[in-house]
Amino acid sequence: MCKDCGCGLDPNVHSHDGHVHSHEHSQGQNHTHPHEHPHEHPHGQVAPAAGETRTVELQLKILSRNDEQAERNRAWLKEHGVVAVNLISSPGSGKTYLLERTLEGLRGKVSCAVITGDQRTDNDARRLQGKGAPVRQIETINSCHLDAEQVGRLLPEVAGEGVKLLFIENVGNLVCPSAFDLGESFKIALLSTTEGEDKPVKYPTLFSSAPVAVLTKMDLVPHLDWNAAACRANLRQVRPGVFIFELSAKTGLGMEAWLDYLSKLTE
Amino acid sequence: MHELSIAQALVEQVEAAAAKEHALRVVRVVITVGALSGVEPEALSSLFPLVAEGTVAAGADLAIERVAARVKCRACGREAQTDAAFIGCAACGSKDVELSAGRELNIKSIELEIDGK
Repeated sequence: MCKDCGCGLDPNVHSHDGHVHSHEHSQGQNHTHPHEHPHEHPHGQVAPAAGETRTVELQLKILSRNDEQAERNRAWLKEHGVVAVNLISSPGSGKTYLLERTLEGLRGKVSCAVITGDQRTDNDARRLQGKGAPVRQIETINSCHLDAEQVGRLLPEVAGEGVKLLFIENVGNLVCPSAFDLGESFKIALLSTTEGEDKPVKYPTLFSSAPVAVLTKMDLVPHLDWNAAACRANLRQVRPGVFIFELSAKTGLGMEAWLDYLSKLTE
Repeated sequence: MHELSIAQALVEQVEAAAAKEHALRVVRVVITVGALSGVEPEALSSLFPLVAEGTVAAGADLAIERVAARVKCRACGREAQTDAAFIGCAACGSKDVELSAGRELNIKSIELEIDGK
């Protein structure tokens, strides 16, 4: 079986999804053939059932294990009086920098904590240290998103002791994190001015799941052909009623409203 | 690709269900994938056989039922299908809607081969 696409040992032309690649078949013949896939099914040999068959209705979520852990996280957070926000955005949108300034701004006012995720390094955790909030790094190694189990393991040590606001900085990725509930109170989507205006309509699954959006790097607007009205319209199209913050963590523009909002969340 | 994590979770669930029924093997798995689930059905169907290899689900047919995004309109009360990228009421055009379908990622049923005797 081809390890690239999972197709079977049948040497005839068969369908896949428009890509072409060559691979060895068991007889040792290398050849290339095109693939298009009109419908889904695996290309393994499906042997007819020799014995009796029974169909079992399951009606189960595939990610029920993740969802169950997310619910346990949610219950733990509620029990300990912690509001948790799941920050999602593309890599480089300014999540960590915003968190640095946010932790500084809330220091002494709101007890915060951070769980940050990346494939590798603890660079983000290092940047966030020394600002009065416990910080923990998750290195996902291969995974492109944080999951409930990873977060659940860290909750007691990072979000206990009177913490009121937990920031979960997800892996920079506009696609996968939206499918994995972490047990957060809600998601916050970040979008920087350098990314253009149409990311929300290009990645609707993610942007439609966030009731709050933060437009970052507003200080760069004079250097860009960025259309604020178009960006807001796109955000509202995929998530009607979305609450939008526009700020620059660097210059402080819009930060007061953001910090004020975060404080009010924990009252 | 996170479809790999999802394929692994799917195989684990199927294995658990098959074990409960003392099945010899899994013949067919039927899943529902919503338009807003964040999952690409073709990627999942390519990965499933790879992940299922060596398990009781090896060789099982994976059938995917796609579920369209649907909304219930708070303005006019009607319920209808909506475009995943342009979420709104198809009847009155209002954006004040509630998602009623489209985020599904479920195992609907499995067909098992049980002891032939």
